Amino acid sequence: MHDIKHNSKGLIPHGMSACAGCGLELLIRKVMDVLGRDTIIIIPPGCAASFSGFGKETAIKVPGFQGNLENTAASAAGVRAALNAKGNTHTTVLGFAGDGGTVDIGLQSLSGALERRDRIVYICYDNEAYMNTGIQASSSTPYLAKTTTTPAGKPTARKNLMQIAIAHDIPYAATASIYNIADLQRKVKKAKDTDGPSLIHVHTPCPTGWRYDPSKTIEVARTAVQTGCWLLYEYQNGKATINYRPKELLPVENYIKLQGRFKGLTDEQIQEMQKYVIEDFNKCIKRLESVA
Amino acid sequence: MQEQQEKLTNKPRRCRVLGPVAYEYTAANTGSWRLERPDVDFSACIKCGTCEKYCPTNVITIKKDQKKCVEIDFNYCKGCGICANECPKKCIKMVPERSEG
Repeated sequence: MHDIKHNSKGLIPHGMSACAGCGLELLIRKVMDVLGRDTIIIIPPGCAASFSGFGKETAIKVPGFQGNLENTAASAAGVRAALNAKGNTHTTVLGFAGDGGTVDIGLQSLSGALERRDRIVYICYDNEAYMNTGIQASSSTPYLAKTTTTPAGKPTARKNLMQIAIAHDIPYAATASIYNIADLQRKVKKAKDTDGPSLIHVHTPCPTGWRYDPSKTIEVARTAVQTGCWLLYEYQNGKATINYRPKELLPVENYIKLQGRFKGLTDEQIQEMQKYVIEDFNKCIKRLESVA
Repeated sequence: MQEQQEKLTNKPRRCRVLGPVAYEYTAANTGSWRLERPDVDFSACIKCGTCEKYCPTNVITIKKDQKKCVEIDFNYCKGCGICANECPKKCIKMVPERSEG
């Protein structure tokens, strides 16, 4: 039934219709390298829907389906239940949703799946807005970032998905970034081996929505970690570990100046943002150290 | 009316799946999007594999035993320039496609 018309390395073909320099495209290749063929993938409508295919063409070698935007985790839990009923415990069920499908619209179904302890791997690729529909702000958009629905900069800060996941006390939750692929793949392997729900929140820069040159995708991801705008940590069986802690945070200007979505900020706003980033970083570190 | 019923009961439609299903694994020719192509200086290359690791389209192959050690599949390379930006030796340059004539 599955015609293979193209040979490529890995489970995703080379000619994927994602934008040039897309962080998501790099992410799914690295994730599927670890999970392998024995996987069922659930994708909501969004940027990742280009993998589940249009018409009769598909861009992924593993089976899967495209559900609705709000029920990725619920669909994954259903697939898991069906596999369990058949006695299949080796297949991985992967929910692969964007930040809109996770922190905004899909939060209730994700919360339900985490509470029921369904054995699914849930990966949230965070490009910090609804990129597929034209860069509308989501609740994961950072403070002062410009989108088409917040043209003067977002007045509020982002939602902390990891703290929501940790509040459910799930067996494994982690943040990752595409610049550190070894760390990302180690976390995906751990999530695969976890008996219970696992969540990985990955920072994936988007050249179209963040308005930077496509060649700087990895640079932007790296600078986000170095300036403290993104923190790499994991939470396993009640213990939190900080994977990478910069000795001294770089000024947040380094991150802002790369991107067009922060263009035109006044000096006061930059100082305000710097203050906010450092406060948030220290608060997060403090909270994690109390859990460790 | 009766005929229709008979039709339905006598010849059930044989469906293996419900709804639209993608069954062809294909690749689009994304090489046509490219405005600039990566050009590798093979003498300066140290074969570290950084470009291979970070290429979003997965078109770069490192061949350690050959003189032209970096092989790029230009049918699918989108010309994003991540390889040129991340190369530790800066031995990859982005060359405009048109200038070749």
